[in-house]
Amino acid sequence: MTSLPEQTERKLGLAIDLDTCVGCHACVISCKGWNTENYGAPLSDTDPYGKDPVGTFLNRVHAYEVTPQDNAPFTVHFPKSCLHCEDAPCVTVCPTGASYKRTEDGIVLVNEDACIGCGLCAWACPYGARELDALAGVMKKCTLCVDRIYNETLPEEDRVPACVRTCPAGARHFGDFADPDSTVSRLSRERGGIELMPELGTRPVNRYLPPRPRDTLQGCAPAPQGDPSTEGLTGFLGWIDRTLSRF
Amino acid sequence: MHPAPSIILFTTLSGLGFGLLAFLGAGVILPTGLAAFLWFGLGYGLALIGLAASAFHLGHPERALRAFTQWRTSWLSREAVLSAAALLAIAPHAAGLVFWNTPVPVMGAIGAVLCGVTVFATSMIYAQLKTVPRWNHWTTPLVFLLAALTAGALLTGSGYSAQMLLAWLAVAMVLHWILGDGQFARRGSTLGTATGLGLMGRVRQLEPPHTGTNYLLTEMAYVVARRHVRVLRVIALASGCVLPSVLLWSAPYSLLALGIAVLLHLAGMLAQRWLFFAEAEHTVALYYRG
Repeated sequence: MTSLPEQTERKLGLAIDLDTCVGCHACVISCKGWNTENYGAPLSDTDPYGKDPVGTFLNRVHAYEVTPQDNAPFTVHFPKSCLHCEDAPCVTVCPTGASYKRTEDGIVLVNEDACIGCGLCAWACPYGARELDALAGVMKKCTLCVDRIYNETLPEEDRVPACVRTCPAGARHFGDFADPDSTVSRLSRERGGIELMPELGTRPVNRYLPPRPRDTLQGCAPAPQGDPSTEGLTGFLGWIDRTLSRF
Repeated sequence: MHPAPSIILFTTLSGLGFGLLAFLGAGVILPTGLAAFLWFGLGYGLALIGLAASAFHLGHPERALRAFTQWRTSWLSREAVLSAAALLAIAPHAAGLVFWNTPVPVMGAIGAVLCGVTVFATSMIYAQLKTVPRWNHWTTPLVFLLAALTAGALLTGSGYSAQMLLAWLAVAMVLHWILGDGQFARRGSTLGTATGLGLMGRVRQLEPPHTGTNYLLTEMAYVVARRHVRVLRVIALASGCVLPSVLLWSAPYSLLALGIAVLLHLAGMLAQRWLFFAEAEHTVALYYRG
């Protein structure tokens, strides 16, 4: 059913630390691996070793340059996956009921057997979290590794999403945002967790922990631009400059 | 947005078909016998070809019947249900005229209203998307509805209505373009709000997340036609509205002129629909902004 639950018992999601992420893409690979070998249609690649490789991914790491008004620019690595929105527009547009948001934990999932592959949910998502698989013809999205987090055949430390488990920097945190004492809630509170595109009213569950304020770097004024100056040159170099300037 | 031919054909032809059926259902003209068969046949044919075209872009068309289930929340599902209801409601009226030379005005009227609502539902599939600000605007349903009604007036040879509707359609199309041009900026989504990093400074893409292309870029960051926007807008307006109007005005009783006017209008509307998709910018493209 594509009606959204009024409230979910838990709000499982990720807190992603943009200060800690080093942009290694390990989460991208572990996500692709787990979700290709386990629940649902595999994440296909077309022409993977050829000239024009294209594939389905549920998690992608962008890299941005941020230039503050009065400080030196810095790099931010930015992993992006489904935010499991409370007001998920991708769910309500689905004509078949394949897309749904779970009442018990708030995870947004696709029932691949009911998906007709119309692609409207991908259009409705502001964040590009959904990708239609070219070979399977069904919509793929982050499942928050629903087949790991409740899986009692796995060792307890593995019962977190694959991206969280694999992150070598510890930049990804998994937990329940409905519980104010959970690690993710606490982190989000302390670090001023960001909601992406709040103006669209999707109420995402995932939070991004912004880079901590930097020291103001002294003497890092941008290098002078334009023609190099030869003003004030004396001695041998001055003589060369004067000689060459005649021509 | 990627202007898939299947979707352009779907919206244009089903609009044409439902517009014609609305005029026939409303009893604007009451053909009988073979004439009724041809007229209703054209209406049903266009609507059904349009709906079939929409199935071509599905990953799993064999599951299309499931799309009739979620009408409570989904405009796409509502469109499916309403189109089926409209086609069924008009059927007794059509059959009455074809076989017994007798209209069934009640069913015709109900069907005509349902045809209009179907076209409205089609437009809402696009107009509901906040992610595409150009579509998320009242001019979208206005253009779709007026286009369908104009087609109905043209295809039934209702000269006066056609002239009025062509003028209104031209105004609606121009409004949709002009207001649409500033719509993305008015909504205020930027790479800064998309990443939340705008609070810290100026943001630009340093490195894309993948070396090749992907589904998101080919589907939602289509830019090819934007370069020819001005020419295509002129073509859409001239061929879709101005030339048919001039033809109808200069040769009001000529069937040939009417036929050419219909074909010109169709070509213009295909150009308009191409632009409708190609010009539309999706917020996901922000993540790839330099």
